[in-house]
Amino acid sequence: MLLLLLLRFCHWVAAALEDDADVTRGGEEFIVAVVVVAVCGVSMAMLVEFKDTVLGMLPDALVTDAVIFGVHIHGHLLLETLLVVVIFYLLLQQSYTPENRALTETEIDQLCEEWTPEPLHPVITDDMEMKTPILESAAGPHTIIDGKDVINMSTADYLGLIGNPKVKEACNAAVEKYGVGACGPRGFYGTMDVHLDFEKKIADFMGTPDSILYSYGLATTTSVIPAFCKAGDLILADDGVNWSLQNGLYLSRSKVKYFKHNDMKDLKARLEEVRKEDKRKKPLNRRFIIVEAIYQNSGQMVPLDELCRLKEEYKFRVLIDESNSIGVLGKTGRGISEHFNISVEKLDIITAVMGHALASEGGICTGSAEVVSHQRLSGSGYCFSAALPPFLASAGIAAVEILENNPQLLSRLHKNISLVHSNLSSVPGIRIGCNKLSPIVFLHLEESASFAEDSSILQRVVDLMLDEGILLSLTKRSLLDNCKLPAAIKVVVTAGHSEEDLLLVTSKLRNVMAKVLRC
Amino acid sequence: MTVAEPDPVMENEEGFEVPYHVAITTYFSYGILFIIGTLRDFYRNIMRSGKKVAKGYAPLCRDFEDFYTRRLYNRIQDCFNRPIASAPTNWVDVIERVSYDSNKTLHQTENVRRCLNLGSYNYLGFASHDEYCTPRVLESLNKYGASACSARVDGGTTLLHNELEELVAKYVGKPAAMVYGMGYATNSTTLPALIGKGGLIISDALNHSSIVNGSRGSGAKIKVFQHNTPSHLEQVLREAISQGQARTHRPWKKIIVVIEGIYSMEGELCRLKDIVEVAKKYKAYIYLDEAHSIGAIGKTGKGICELQGVDPANIDVMMGTFTKSFGSCGGYIAGSKELIQYMKSASPAHMYATSMSTPAVQQVISALEVILGLDGSDRGAKKLAQVRENSNYVRIELRNRGFEVLGDMDSPVMPVMLYNPGKIPAFSRECLKRNVAVVVVAFPATPLLLARTRVCMSASHTREDLDQAVKVLSEVGEMCNIKYFPRKASENEKYFWFDQKKLE
Ligand SMILES: Cc1ncc(COP(=O)(O)O)c(C=O)c1O
Repeated sequence: MLLLLLLRFCHWVAAALEDDADVTRGGEEFIVAVVVVAVCGVSMAMLVEFKDTVLGMLPDALVTDAVIFGVHIHGHLLLETLLVVVIFYLLLQQSYTPENRALTETEIDQLCEEWTPEPLHPVITDDMEMKTPILESAAGPHTIIDGKDVINMSTADYLGLIGNPKVKEACNAAVEKYGVGACGPRGFYGTMDVHLDFEKKIADFMGTPDSILYSYGLATTTSVIPAFCKAGDLILADDGVNWSLQNGLYLSRSKVKYFKHNDMKDLKARLEEVRKEDKRKKPLNRRFIIVEAIYQNSGQMVPLDELCRLKEEYKFRVLIDESNSIGVLGKTGRGISEHFNISVEKLDIITAVMGHALASEGGICTGSAEVVSHQRLSGSGYCFSAALPPFLASAGIAAVEILENNPQLLSRLHKNISLVHSNLSSVPGIRIGCNKLSPIVFLHLEESASFAEDSSILQRVVDLMLDEGILLSLTKRSLLDNCKLPAAIKVVVTAGHSEEDLLLVTSKLRNVMAKVLRC
Repeated sequence: MTVAEPDPVMENEEGFEVPYHVAITTYFSYGILFIIGTLRDFYRNIMRSGKKVAKGYAPLCRDFEDFYTRRLYNRIQDCFNRPIASAPTNWVDVIERVSYDSNKTLHQTENVRRCLNLGSYNYLGFASHDEYCTPRVLESLNKYGASACSARVDGGTTLLHNELEELVAKYVGKPAAMVYGMGYATNSTTLPALIGKGGLIISDALNHSSIVNGSRGSGAKIKVFQHNTPSHLEQVLREAISQGQARTHRPWKKIIVVIEGIYSMEGELCRLKDIVEVAKKYKAYIYLDEAHSIGAIGKTGKGICELQGVDPANIDVMMGTFTKSFGSCGGYIAGSKELIQYMKSASPAHMYATSMSTPAVQQVISALEVILGLDGSDRGAKKLAQVRENSNYVRIELRNRGFEVLGDMDSPVMPVMLYNPGKIPAFSRECLKRNVAVVVVAFPATPLLLARTRVCMSASHTREDLDQAVKVLSEVGEMCNIKYFPRKASENEKYFWFDQKKLE
């Protein structure tokens, strides 16, 4: 009997493993069987206990020993036999087989026939219409749009290197020598000597042991994070990080906790939470805090001193995106660590896009030799994409050289940034929402409503400013983006802008704001 | 002469026919490598107990994650990442490297070795200086600089970007197109914008990593169908539609079938006609990645649709890259006007990433003009005919010499199977000694067992180049004993080859 029960149990477990839709039914049945056996067992025991009392109540004929086919049948023997018969009956009963519910071919045909998919893309609405300015010349401090010269305040060429003759020369030579594309991933003859030179150059510049070059800025952090963080690892990330970081966080499948945008108190609270959870059971997993030096979405600067204190106290590593701080912060442009006078070694992984201060394309990641060499086989965007066109690596080398040899570029940039900040702070109706060293100046509406409403007002401002000959840009949010920060106009300041340009921007903006707010 | 019977074969999960003795020796080799690696790790752990990671931190790279790199890859890393000091055209200057620590680190030397290049994706020969393209690229470089340093929606769109989008749309035969700065990012940002939770992506088993990451990033459910097998696709579709979503059994919101034109590690052409038929029957959308096929195959280079006579109108999203045939960088998607308009308002790569480098845009425009004959010459047509002829010539020659060459006729990508881990470096190093630069591919780009070398043909290869390539490959193949099918070209292959000729 036990054997039978065991068999049934095995059958049930097997069904469960097969992930059968009807497992639960099999399970119920099994439980019923167990209950029946238990009840029978208990009643048997009781019968034995209270045999005499019970027997006394039964009619004589049953209780008195009967002789059937020459076998003496004792009262409780009879009951026990009955019991066994019942149990056997229950167990041997045709086990519940879920009726064969596999769909027939015709049913499948019908279902396929009936299924109507959603359209490939949602219905096009007016707000999907994007007015994109079309540049007719280089994206320098001035550019041409619709045949008209405009002041360009939307290009992240912080050091004003677009059109720099040295950069051009380097690019020209590289195009002549290497052609345009690398025609292969880094592993398969896509590595040119200039790629390696650039990697060395940027590592030397930053003071890190090694660096690695990706072929596109956007693909850098989306590859770096999953290379180091896997399921089971823990990440604390700022909730205002840019999409590329968000995508990397998602792809890593690690546990991600978000802390309030640039709020070290909240970060500390989150870290405390983690510590509390650790008290129960501390897994030895990799732990990262992920931030941006100057946030692409808000222009806030991370308080690195506080962050480093926290990271060391709670034993986290730091991944920091320096896209808006390399070539911007610090006396020599080495980024946020120089600005805070903190050793660059404290930042475990540094990433940056080359499309900003370096006026090229691509992305870099720099850090210890281990950080870099691990990515050469695990960085998905590194392994599985063609290498950066060599002339863009040459442009990067030239840019770093120019930055090293011309410290006045940085002081001009710093001067311009502070000029714009102080000028714009007096414009009525708007509020500056970023750090005063940020090269992207974020202008929010003083009376802010929702993202969409703000955007539509600010878009009017941007349009009118373009009519006035000034190109500004607006924060835009892809529907894949989880960032919840408010809408803003972005005024990007570079070292290439002259003082008159910047003064003109302020005075025009004052007029336009007055016009927009009046109506 | 009698034709040798091929060995008895063993089919593995991907339908590869691996000869038994090869499979056994390959497993055996990996077994030995694994044992030795483990032994070395054992000593390493004893030796380095002093210099562990800082207390309280988990190691940055887990030991088992790194095992492959440390104990297998590093031993042969000189076969990969070989730097070159010239354009990646038919002949390249490979920089020689030396190692002083048994291959753990490599150092460049001053020496270069001029090698025949069988590795780059330079299908049409636009990688190097081109009489039509290069002057125009330099001109755009002078005019626009290297980069616009801004996202497409802000200040990163130049006249050239729009011109390229129109040209691409016209070229692939779709109403509209948009370009991105990187092919990988094209896939990894487009798919999440097209589909999300409640959707289903049915992906070919051997799709490129950018597609895999894009699919994962989308949040949609992913199912895989057997590589290039329309019948299995149908089975997966039927099951998926009739069962609906897992647990809730709600119907799927939409289903996208993702395929590639040429599979770069297999050299195989997609069976597009059948797949389109199946997908249409079940109302699934088709996303076709033409990274390797656009500009490389088809009479006028328009890719797999042209080659197999499929109307591009049947493909919902056409994707491709400019890194291969066009010798530039970046990628595109093409589709209906509405689709592109939607994508422009939703794709993170369009809204946040630095726009495609302007000179690179110009390179693609010029290359397309050459291909389309808009430059006033027939160079484009000649290039296309050349790459096809080169590919088929080398493929037949290699097959005749007994190599196990994967892929289809007309495909410029020709993987040749190596299998054994020991043969990977042997083949690569011996070829390099004979001044031929080949690509060897091993895990993680292929399954562990199926290591191979890959030959990519270019229109810039001359007949002498090809003859030399075949001679060297054959010699080294003999040495490494990788001629797994010593036999004459089978009749039907020849027939196919002539058949194709007749068709034109
Ligand atoms: C099928 C496929 N899609 C996308 C890509 C990525 O393109 P890119 O090298 O331009 O990033 C590749 C390149 O290796 C590919 O083979």
